Amino acid sequence: MSKRIATQGRLIDRSRALTFTFNGRDMRGHPGDTLASALLANDQMLVGRSFKYHRPRGIVASGAEEPNALVNLGTGPSFEPNQRATTTELFDRLKARSQNHWPSLEFDIGAINARLSRLLPAGFYYKTFLRPRAFWKHVYEPIIRQSAGLGQAPKDRDCDTYEYFYATTDIVVVGGGIAGLLTARSAAQSGAQVLVLEQTAHLGGRTPVDGGTVDGQPASAFIDALLEELRAMANVTMRSRCMGAGIYDHGFVLGYERLTDHDPDAAGPRHRLWRIRAKQVITATGAIERPLAFAGNDLPGVMLASAMRDYLINYGVMVGQRVIVATNNDDAYRTAIALKEAGADVLRILDARDSGGGPLMQKARELGIRIDCGRAIGKVRGGKRVKKVKICAQNSSGGALEEVSCDAVAMSGGWSPVVHLWSHCGGKLLWDDGAAHFRPDPARPPTGADGNGFVSTAGAAHGDFALGDIVAQAHEAGRKAAQAIGMKPKKHDAPIAAETREARLLPVWLMPAGANIGLRSKAWLDYQNDVKVSDVELAAREGYESVEHTKRYTTLGMATDQGKLSNINGLATLANSLGTPIPSVGTTTFRPPYTPISMGAIAGEARDAIFQPLRCTPIHHWHEAHDAAWEPVGHWRRPYTYPRADEAHADAVAREIKNVRQAVGLLDASTLGKLIVKGPDAGKFLDMLYTNMMSTLQPGRCRYGLMCNENGFLIDDGVVARLDEQSFLCHTTSGGADQIHAHMEEWLQTEWWDWQVYVANATEQFAQIAVVGPKARKLLEKLGGMDLSAETLPLMAWAEGEIAGIRARVFRISFSGELSFEIAVPASQGLALWTALIEAGREFGVMPYGTEALHVMRAEKGFIMIGDETDGTVIPQDLGLDWAISKKKEDYLGKRAQQRTHMASPDRWKLVGLETTDGTVLPEGAYAVGEGLNANGQRVTQGRVTSTYYSPTLERGIAMGLVLHGPERMGEVLEFPGTDGQVYHAKIVDPVFYDKEGTKQNV
Amino acid sequence: MSEPVSALNHAGFDGLAKVTECGLHGMITLRGDLAARAVKAAATGASGVKMPGPNEVQSKGDNALCWMSPDELLVICDYKDVRQVLDKMHKSLGAAHALAVDMSDARTMFCVTGSSARDVMAKLTPADLSPATFGPGQIRRSRLAQIPAAFWLEDDQSFRIICFRSVAQYAFDLLCTAAGAGSDVGYFSAAPIRPT
Repeated sequence: MSKRIATQGRLIDRSRALTFTFNGRDMRGHPGDTLASALLANDQMLVGRSFKYHRPRGIVASGAEEPNALVNLGTGPSFEPNQRATTTELFDRLKARSQNHWPSLEFDIGAINARLSRLLPAGFYYKTFLRPRAFWKHVYEPIIRQSAGLGQAPKDRDCDTYEYFYATTDIVVVGGGIAGLLTARSAAQSGAQVLVLEQTAHLGGRTPVDGGTVDGQPASAFIDALLEELRAMANVTMRSRCMGAGIYDHGFVLGYERLTDHDPDAAGPRHRLWRIRAKQVITATGAIERPLAFAGNDLPGVMLASAMRDYLINYGVMVGQRVIVATNNDDAYRTAIALKEAGADVLRILDARDSGGGPLMQKARELGIRIDCGRAIGKVRGGKRVKKVKICAQNSSGGALEEVSCDAVAMSGGWSPVVHLWSHCGGKLLWDDGAAHFRPDPARPPTGADGNGFVSTAGAAHGDFALGDIVAQAHEAGRKAAQAIGMKPKKHDAPIAAETREARLLPVWLMPAGANIGLRSKAWLDYQNDVKVSDVELAAREGYESVEHTKRYTTLGMATDQGKLSNINGLATLANSLGTPIPSVGTTTFRPPYTPISMGAIAGEARDAIFQPLRCTPIHHWHEAHDAAWEPVGHWRRPYTYPRADEAHADAVAREIKNVRQAVGLLDASTLGKLIVKGPDAGKFLDMLYTNMMSTLQPGRCRYGLMCNENGFLIDDGVVARLDEQSFLCHTTSGGADQIHAHMEEWLQTEWWDWQVYVANATEQFAQIAVVGPKARKLLEKLGGMDLSAETLPLMAWAEGEIAGIRARVFRISFSGELSFEIAVPASQGLALWTALIEAGREFGVMPYGTEALHVMRAEKGFIMIGDETDGTVIPQDLGLDWAISKKKEDYLGKRAQQRTHMASPDRWKLVGLETTDGTVLPEGAYAVGEGLNANGQRVTQGRVTSTYYSPTLERGIAMGLVLHGPERMGEVLEFPGTDGQVYHAKIVDPVFYDKEGTKQNV
Repeated sequence: MSEPVSALNHAGFDGLAKVTECGLHGMITLRGDLAARAVKAAATGASGVKMPGPNEVQSKGDNALCWMSPDELLVICDYKDVRQVLDKMHKSLGAAHALAVDMSDARTMFCVTGSSARDVMAKLTPADLSPATFGPGQIRRSRLAQIPAAFWLEDDQSFRIICFRSVAQYAFDLLCTAAGAGSDVGYFSAAPIRPT
């Protein structure tokens, strides 16, 4: 059984106990435990069911590479699926549940899949669910979703907060093990600013577990002193619990810091996403031990040798009392020795090598451990935990020589450098035949904009495994990185580590080497996605030669662990099946993030009130206090209408319109774009930007203008006021201000760079209030300050002065057809003017009105709206706006495009008014249908509705639309099928429904 | 005559850093050839402040000149003096091609102060805030999360930030969130400034 022992446990605090639950069962652990070590201390070997066959699974690793021990963590708003027990630090009252089991972990119905495994081979989905087609969505997928899959999706809102942090530094070191720390030191000694990212809670890596001597001190003492030294260095920052998640172009490094996962009650954000810019990056990401592929290698109790050593030394947990160690290298002997010294019974070391290992083997033998060379595990037996091991010769097909009872198996298939981060941005790999692993090729690093490498590697991630090599290379790597950014390293001696000679590893991709098909179909490569040796072999037989195709066909390495344990074993198996060398098969692509990061961290602070910027006018809070219903316009919120008490929105809109038409209304028009264009060439510039002539506009006057892009399509409209000889104020649509500003700057900076024009976006400088209706002048005269008579300020004129004691510009422009004044005042006094107008207007029956009333009134007048009548494919000519297109000008943006045959075609749909025959309202976006079918077999269309409203003024539905030959078909009735099954009939009429002569606005 | 009111009317927050909306300031956008004598004279003459170099701020008392782009300066003065300063600039510019326009109401200014001010700001802006590259006298036009913003350091622990008025509430909420309890990064505040 697995239990906590009285000795060891360098990371745990035995003086305090923590309680937690697993599947509702109470358990105890200590501060410093991971959930995995605490589960093992409570003899919880079975931690989950596998993805496809629902096989019982236990903890196999001790770090980020763990494929099996994924749990549902927390409840309600803090619930999160697929959390790795090996990287989850234990905290008091932690609640974890195992995944992919039904009805319970101990008894799982889905385990029947394991019996059917011969019917569920690689590519099963592709082979089985192809036909009949309709079955996929309605039959197959729902069943598969029920039976496969790991964690559940959270149902509640996440209760935690997240944030970003941007850092710019000289050198980032990913990995805080001995190599990373030494690299950081030598880089910092060379004068560089260094940031070290360590994914675990502890700096120092696995050297304290593996032991050794550096500069005459035990390795762990050396590391403690080194940490002390680094902490005192002003140019070194070390962040633990902060994973280097990805390396991208231009020295961009993503860090994922877990702030409160280990202490959920603490204040502050849960995760912090570091967005780092570095000149050089050093990956000191260590190495991952590989499992051995033997039958039953997925049973709970079969564990990586290094993990078993970690649990013992770091957490004081002895995973088994009677242990068998299977290995192809010397490192696993360290586990056997540690277990033996801690009191476990190490029954056998099965060393696949005929000649065995070096001095470590000698030491194990001296401790009295039986070592069988040239031996292998034929099969592990047991149900929910290891019971027996059948031992055979490595060079056999699996015929058992003996069977030994045991309760745990430690395995080691050698080590693979963690090359992920090196590879993220294009670093290339070398196959190292001796060590049987891929390691970074220093000659082909990820390159920056200057063509030079900006990532280098240190320590085990570099491919060095002997402590002496690691410390020497890491020291040098730091110096080199500093040199690469122009530092001049001073001479500092590299540390020297005592060597432990290790014998050469024997590549073992299958155990035993000639395992029969029965064993191969029980030898797991990818634990998380349930891919076995036999699956990869089948894929090879079926013609999948590319490792990328095999990966997708078998799902090897496609689970949440991204194949950290399975990749090399899988591609070696593929290479063997294809009879090609491993390097010619190559690896799959390594993509960030290194391990999954939370969606919350990616979103950062952007949630709730700061999910998105909300633009508020200076009068926003008044609208809010008066129960405005909002309409989003860009990032602005504009009042749609101001419903009273129980008033329906439609009724409120009708009331507001009638009030404007009969008395006076106020509109907050502050969101209108206001661009100031100034310079000797300003007139010439605006003549190019607008379709009509602007240079002839007199100071003090306004002119409506249309703006097209170079393809001729209408992009914006608005009123231009000439401020003085050289200055114009261009009003744009509310949503268009920023784009049109950018549009102007683009033309000025790229095409007409020699024109003397400056543009400034003064949109937010002014609050703008439209005072509209027959009583508008009376209201303004009551406030006083300016002569606003028709003689002094006629339609399409503007004047500067004071209204209610506030400096103002008054524009006599009308978008409603009524007498209308738009008053611009400094934004800081906008609310003051608004409230003054509301107060003074009481006797005239003033009411605020919203955007819907604005829309209806402009439609009653036949005025177009950018975004309604236009959609990026409409030219001014389509809208009957030929009067606003200058014939005199030699050129304007869009002119040439509008002369192209398709643009000039008489068959373009043109703007008309539409009046339903029965007074109802046409559905939005409805199409007018014609006779027959088109080439696609669809009903022929001959027009569409662009704006449609109920007009309270006319007491009927009115609409505008684009219709084929529309203006020539006045009086004709068109059919508009609605999505409600009804067919609407509407007559083609003039688009101006109200006050065609324009007498009401011109008073 | 009503009193002008800034977007958040001096709202404040005390967290890892002190966040304050610091009321209305006179702000004049001056676009022109920054090497032209008339433009330089207009800027320096009206403000009494020396001409800043690229990415720099020069200040004297309440007045400041901020370099905003190769052809744009921001002239900062007292809010009530802005018309006077603008008139002075127009006179000084004469016929020179330039655009000087009052933007005082278009913007909101914040102060973020305290030993963690850099850490708070570095949660929101991608600009390099390392003391070695960004110190008092430097200005950056960058962004705070999703909005454009410009900021400079008055002293090593005091940021001045300007953003558009319409997003003042968003900017304030952002800064308060970044300065929230328990979220200290300790990246800049823990590390002493490197001796150069």
